[in-house]
Amino acid sequence: MTWDWQVFLNDDGSGRTYLQWMFNAWGWTLAVAGCSWLLAVSIGALMGTLRTMQASPWLVRLATVWVELFRNIPLLVQIFLWYFVVPKMFPAFQQVPGFLLVVFALGFFTSARIAEQVRAGIQALPVGQRYAGMALGFNTLQTYRYVILPMALRIILPPLTSESMNLLKNSSVAFAVSIAELTMFAMQAQEETSRGIEVYLAVTALYALSAFAVNRVFALIEKKAQIPGFIVAGGTGGGH
Amino acid sequence: MLGLDLGFFNWDIFSKFVVSGLRFSAQLTLIATVGGVVLGTLLALMRLSGKKALMLPATIYVNSMRSVPLVMVILWFFLLVPLLTGKPMGAELSSTITFIAFEAAYFSEIMRAGIQSIPIGQVHAGQAIGMTYSQNMRYVVLPQAFRNMLPVLLTQTIILFQDTSLVYAIGAYDMLKGFTTAGKIYGRPEEAYLLAAVVYFVICFALSWLVKRLQAKIAIVR
Repeated sequence: MTWDWQVFLNDDGSGRTYLQWMFNAWGWTLAVAGCSWLLAVSIGALMGTLRTMQASPWLVRLATVWVELFRNIPLLVQIFLWYFVVPKMFPAFQQVPGFLLVVFALGFFTSARIAEQVRAGIQALPVGQRYAGMALGFNTLQTYRYVILPMALRIILPPLTSESMNLLKNSSVAFAVSIAELTMFAMQAQEETSRGIEVYLAVTALYALSAFAVNRVFALIEKKAQIPGFIVAGGTGGGH
Repeated sequence: MLGLDLGFFNWDIFSKFVVSGLRFSAQLTLIATVGGVVLGTLLALMRLSGKKALMLPATIYVNSMRSVPLVMVILWFFLLVPLLTGKPMGAELSSTITFIAFEAAYFSEIMRAGIQSIPIGQVHAGQAIGMTYSQNMRYVVLPQAFRNMLPVLLTQTIILFQDTSLVYAIGAYDMLKGFTTAGKIYGRPEEAYLLAAVVYFVICFALSWLVKRLQAKIAIVR
């Protein structure tokens, strides 16, 4: 078998080369993953916090339902639900672009996993932290804002790193509803050029590079956020 | 209800379209779990062997599998395996090979953590009564590692079951495909997606509940 890397310089039929198409697709992958990440972290932090509020059982129940619902349905099925079923049930969603629907799907799916990490992080703290907040006269919101969450979010940085890399990889499922991201490019370019190995190698390298970059960014955050005197490590692994 | 009509779906449609897909999803999950755990344990043993010639290939294999999206791995195998064997290969067989190879990387990380969780004194005790390396692994270390990691292994299996839906990328006939096919034929695609979600949810929720029960039951009292 011989290599043919020049295939990337061929015109794809719309006046751009396959290389340009691929970098455009990479941009879509990063955009889907980045927007979903923002959604997943904000909702995940909220739901994970609610699950630890034992004084309000209904909030705990709401957050538990949220986590179980979004954790127990495959991502691909959730994407189909957002893309096909939600607009049919609620016509207002017919105006929402497909990109955003996929961001909802991927963001909510990941938020359930992040919520579990946040809950574990909060529960890993000694109960004395909460008492310390109360002793200072903080109300619940202030205790979480100034005492519990700053510690808990630092504790979960390692598992949050791998979950963020998972999110990036999971964005590949968006191919199923024809978002023009890397996997979609790989499938179409493979078909059009019949140079599947070159195309797949390039796409795989871009995924690996992106995941590695996420890993490095988090290592930097972990270093910057470290509080002298605290060894913040551990957390739970697993999943993908 | 909200522009949907779920009434069309009856037992006939279920047994005609979904059951064979469900059987494939379950079979794929089972084979990939068994194959993945066996291969993953071997990879974990290689990584913990202390011999560079074994550690390096295992580490590279595990890390590269874990840095690529599963959909891409499915596409890779679907493209490569026929090229290597010289024969065309069906989507079902191709996805089975893919899932064993892919899940092995994840199971190997779980088994590695499990083996490392065994106190070194256990290994020394085995050596003291004259066990060889393989006897020590077989009778002392692996049974305990496996037991410690059983809940994590089973949770990974539930994730694996959800991931089997991704064979959509190469058109294998799994449970999701069963629902979508029925939806297409009867002109009710949205309802079919919704029902698929419900069935996946019920199966995965029930399984994770069972894992939680099991975890409470088998936890070793220390």
